[in-house]
Amino acid sequence: MVKKGNSKASVGKTAKKSKDIKRAKTTKNVKKERASAVTPQSIDSKLKDLPLPPSIIEELKECLNKVKPTGAQLEHIIQMSVEAYEKAKVEPCEAVGIVAAQSIGEPGTQMTMRTFHYAGVAEINVTLGLPRLIEIVDARKIPSTPIMRIKLEPEYARDRDKARALGWGIEQSNIIDIGSMSVDMVKMQIVIELDEKMTSRRNITAEEIAQKINAETKAEVQAEGLKLTINPVQHSYRGLLRLVDDIKGITLKGVKGIRRIIIRKENEEYVLYTEGSALKKVLQFVGVDGSRTKTNNINEIAEVLGIEAARNAIISEAMDTLREQGLEVDIRHIMLVADMVTAGGSVKQIGRHGVAGEKASVLSRAAFEVTVNHLLDASIKGQVDELSGVTENVIVGQPIQLGTGDVELMYKAKE
Amino acid sequence: MKKFNVRDHEIVPEHVIISKKDVEALLVKYSITKEQLPKIKSADPVCKEIDAKSGDVVKITRNSPTAGKSIAYRLVVG
Repeated sequence: MVKKGNSKASVGKTAKKSKDIKRAKTTKNVKKERASAVTPQSIDSKLKDLPLPPSIIEELKECLNKVKPTGAQLEHIIQMSVEAYEKAKVEPCEAVGIVAAQSIGEPGTQMTMRTFHYAGVAEINVTLGLPRLIEIVDARKIPSTPIMRIKLEPEYARDRDKARALGWGIEQSNIIDIGSMSVDMVKMQIVIELDEKMTSRRNITAEEIAQKINAETKAEVQAEGLKLTINPVQHSYRGLLRLVDDIKGITLKGVKGIRRIIIRKENEEYVLYTEGSALKKVLQFVGVDGSRTKTNNINEIAEVLGIEAARNAIISEAMDTLREQGLEVDIRHIMLVADMVTAGGSVKQIGRHGVAGEKASVLSRAAFEVTVNHLLDASIKGQVDELSGVTENVIVGQPIQLGTGDVELMYKAKE
Repeated sequence: MKKFNVRDHEIVPEHVIISKKDVEALLVKYSITKEQLPKIKSADPVCKEIDAKSGDVVKITRNSPTAGKSIAYRLVVG
C-alpha cells in the first residue's frame, strides 16, 4: 500500500518550501549579484521530470515563478524540495494501518452518539456523526437515511418550473398521493376519486392510471372523468380488501424508492434533494446531469458506477461526516481505509465479516471477535500462525516486527 | 429515458487496460505477483464499458486530493 502520491509528503510542505527558497536565496545572493533570472519556460522543463507528485510540482512552479530565481538557485531549490519530499515519505514497513486507526479512533470518541441533522435542506433528515461513520465502515447495504442530490442539465437547472416538473416525474407516486380511495361493500367495488390538481401536476391521466392498475392487478377498471371504478376478479370480501392493498402498493409514476423530493437553489442552479435513493434509474432521466448526481448509498455506487467510484464515495462521505462534527482527520488515513475496504473488488466491511475476518493470523482474528470459534476452527484444521503481525506477537509476548523490533542481529563468524 | 455512460461521472476515474509488456514491467518494479494487486470485478460497470476481461490489469488514474494525480492498478477477476 505504499504509494508515492499518497504518502505524507505534503504535510506542512508549504511552510517548509518557502523556508527552503528563502535559505537558498540568501546563500546564493551573497556570492553573485543578481545573475539573470531563468525564464518560466526553463523552470517548466526543469520541473517536468522530477520524482514529485503533480500537486507539489504545480505548487513549486507557482512559487518559483513569483520569486524568479537564477539558474543556480533553481537547481538548489529543486534539490532541496526533492530531499524534503523524500524525507516526508512513509517508510516501507511503517505501521500505517495502526496510525490510521488511531487517527480516526481518537476524534471518533468526541463524536456525538445520536445526531440527526437537517443537512441544510428543509425537512430532509440525514444520519450524521458517529452512527453515520459506523454505517460507512460497516458497509451497510442500505444506509438508514438514503438521500440523493440530483444536479440538473443547465436548461433545467435555471428554470424553476422545469426543475419542479422533473421532480414530479422522479418522485414516486402511489394512488393515495393523487386521490382518495373508498370501498363500496354493497356493490363490491373500489371507487377512486382523483384530485385534479395532483394528476395534472404529475402529468398523468385517469386513463393511464386505469391501465396501470389493470395491468398490475388484472381487475376491471372503468374511468369516468376523474372517477375510477374497480371491480375485483375475485368476488369475495377478502379479495376486495387484498386488492385495496395491492392498488396502494402500485407505483403509478416516478421511481420506486424516491419517497420525497425537495427543490433547492444552490449557486444559481436548482438542485433536487431526494429522500430515498435509486441512482441507476435517476441517471437515465432526461434533464438530469448524471455526471454530478450523488447518493449517500455506497453499495449502490459500487453497483452502478464501479468500485473506484465507491472508493471515492467512501473517502468523501467519511471526510464530510468528520468535518461536519468539526473534526479534522488527515485524508490519507481515510484513503487507506477506503483502499483496504475496496481492495477485493467489492465493498467489504471493516470487522469480522470483512477486513478483520480475512487476516492471515489465527491469533489476530481470535483477539478481535468470536474468539472461541476461530481457535476451534484453527485447531480442527491444524492451522499454523506465522507470528508475523503485531497482535499475535503482543499475545505471545515477543517484540513486534516494526521499528527497532524489525531488525535482527546476526553474527558472521570470521573465516 | 437516455443512456448514461458511467465513465462520464465525475467520481469515476479513468480506467485503461495495460498491455502484457507493461504488466510485466509493473510486477518487476514492485517485485510482486499479479495476484497481489488490488482486484476489480469483471462485472464492474467500468470494466464492462472498457471490455476488460478476467486476467487483465487496468491502470487507474485517480484525482488525488493530496498528490494531484495518482496511479493505481487493479487486476480484473471473476
